[in-house]
Amino acid sequence: MLVPNHSVRIRDLTLTFGAVTVLEALNLDIHEGEFLVLLGSSGCGKSTLLNCIAGLLEPTDGQIFIKGRNVTWLEPSERGIGMVFQSYALYPQMTVRGNLSFGLKNARMPQAEIDARIAKAARILQMESLLDRKPAALSGGQRQRVAIGRALVRDVDVFLFDEPLSNLDAKLRADLRVEIKRLHQNLDNTMIYVTHDQVEAMTLADRIAIMRAGKVLQLGTPDEIYNRPQNKYVADFIGSPSMNFLDGHYERGTFRSGDLSISMDGYKLAMPQIADRPAILGIRPEHVATGALVAAAPIHGEVVVDLVEPMGSDTLVWAQVAGKPFRIRMDGQARVAPGDRIPIGLDPAKASLFDAKTEERL
Amino acid sequence: MADPASLNTLAALDPVHGRTGAVGDMAGPRGRRPRRALSRGNIMLYGILLLVSVYYLLPLWVMVMTSLKGMPEIRVGNIFAPPMEVTFQPWVKAWAEACTGLNCDGLSRGFWNSVRITVPSVVVSIAVASVSGYALARWRFKGSEAFFAILLIGAFIPYQVMLYPIVILLRELGLYGSLSGLVLVHTIFGMPINVLLFRNYFAAMPEELFKAARVDGAGFWRIFFQIMMPMSLPIFVVSMIIQITGIWNDFLFGVVFTVPENYPMTVQLNNIVASVQGVKEYNVNMAATLLTGLVPLIVYFASGKLFVRGIAAGAVKG
Ligand SMILES: Nc1ncnc2c1ncn2[C@@H]1O[C@H](COP(=O)(O)OP(=O)(O)OP(=O)(O)O)[C@@H](O)[C@H]1O
Ligand SMILES: [Mg+2]
Repeated sequence: MLVPNHSVRIRDLTLTFGAVTVLEALNLDIHEGEFLVLLGSSGCGKSTLLNCIAGLLEPTDGQIFIKGRNVTWLEPSERGIGMVFQSYALYPQMTVRGNLSFGLKNARMPQAEIDARIAKAARILQMESLLDRKPAALSGGQRQRVAIGRALVRDVDVFLFDEPLSNLDAKLRADLRVEIKRLHQNLDNTMIYVTHDQVEAMTLADRIAIMRAGKVLQLGTPDEIYNRPQNKYVADFIGSPSMNFLDGHYERGTFRSGDLSISMDGYKLAMPQIADRPAILGIRPEHVATGALVAAAPIHGEVVVDLVEPMGSDTLVWAQVAGKPFRIRMDGQARVAPGDRIPIGLDPAKASLFDAKTEERL
Repeated sequence: MADPASLNTLAALDPVHGRTGAVGDMAGPRGRRPRRALSRGNIMLYGILLLVSVYYLLPLWVMVMTSLKGMPEIRVGNIFAPPMEVTFQPWVKAWAEACTGLNCDGLSRGFWNSVRITVPSVVVSIAVASVSGYALARWRFKGSEAFFAILLIGAFIPYQVMLYPIVILLRELGLYGSLSGLVLVHTIFGMPINVLLFRNYFAAMPEELFKAARVDGAGFWRIFFQIMMPMSLPIFVVSMIIQITGIWNDFLFGVVFTVPENYPMTVQLNNIVASVQGVKEYNVNMAATLLTGLVPLIVYFASGKLFVRGIAAGAVKG
């Protein structure tokens, strides 16, 4: 099965540990040179999927292709992949140089070539001065850079990252995130990156695969995932503070919840026509217009402020809509106090409508 | 209970954090620990420790003193008193002249037999146990759980039950009475405890390290020799001590599975001490006993620190 432009193809991948099904008939196509992020809550099978791609776990069923080659039964080192682990996993008794050359020596590469590759990787990752140190003498960020270098020197087609930044502090994480992004821009390798940090996912990814319980719920660009979540779980998972949900009914182009009624004119339905049904309306806190912007919004209303959480760059305001807590993200300069009545505006085009039963996007 | 010093040492013993700086960067508290030398608790503690030490050291004292006395002095003297006239004659006799049933060349023959039994037994058993423990911890194969269970059950079957079957087995193999037969028996009986020890130690090592090595194209043996072994010195030392002392001190297998000219030192010691002809030469007996115990003693002294470290690491991670 030779498919150009597909770097990694996963076909009906199933993996069970005894009675537990961790991956369930999972399909995923990853483009050449793409940065794909696997995002999901803890225990959803992200690492398991990555280990299957790497060849460290044997799938119960299904197949994996890398660059058109069926690698399902190949050893990890024969797949053209490099892997970076959360715990760095550097060989403690070897120097940085030893760590970088281990894989190359195993492949019986001539010493001159090894030296050249190490020099190149060290230059790209700016760690020339660290080559003769042991891992114990490196900082967390430096260790992770060496771990990336270990994949880099092997000149692999696909980089696999398993939460590479989650052991680092916030500042270092942000720095290294940019470095990984730059590395991807310069190298053009395919990268598959596991995280449960949605900021990492949104900033790094060409496409994001949202996983839940061993399945891919939605695969799309960060923009699609954020603006057109396929179901309520994805909508809730992405975005911080998370989306507001209103339970109600969809009837002939209007969403009703209690005495609230919102015309859905401008909302793009997934299907041209849908029957009336119980539905859930999702509105992101940052998509609620306030202040001067209210006038421009198609729908207007007024809420009473319950609680104010100033967060510096912006302010989170809690109010009640249709009897349920409702979050509104306002400018950090906004001056509001509990008890204030403030006007708000909504734009149905930016909202998401879900079927109440299936929780799929309407 | 959780005295900071002991926590600190535990951190240092941790197989992950202690030696593999790459994986954990937890450093224990540093600097001088605040201490009160003469608190009531300390006086109690040291008092009890002192008492127990004296209790355990007294027999050793008696043995050393007696072995340095001549027979006349022993007959008249107090067993606790140091010798009035130091003589090494009993030691010489125990080593080179004492009679053990058939021949009268002392313990030296038994010593060399024991060396020829212990060295190969220790080397072979540790080699086999470490590789088995590694395979069980990291390369789960079909039936590996069952294999491990059987091995553990093996540890609980009393030796006595197996003596006769093994005699028959060795006879069929043509190894009965030979040193290699005994080496084989020691290797097999050392398996359960040592495999368990190694398996637990390797299982506690970070799995991602092993995965990284596989991605780097290292196979079963390369990972073992280049990644796992350099990180597991303490457990090798523990296993070595357990095996050296166990095999050196063995009496039962030595007497059952070998013939008199291959008897290990312990069996010869017994023959010297228990010989009924002539007068009991207490000084020679004491010297012979000390000589026999010397090897385990030296091993303990030389590696005590590493031993404790390895045991503790195994215990914490077990
Ligand atoms: N060896 C195993 N035996 C049984 N169950 C396992 C095993 N390894 C993983 N699992 C289960 O598989 C599921 C997925 O695990 P996985 O490590 O892939 O999760 P994850 O998405 O990477 O989570 P995290 O974000 O916490 O790393 C979990 O529910 C876990 O309990
Ligand atoms: Mg994981």
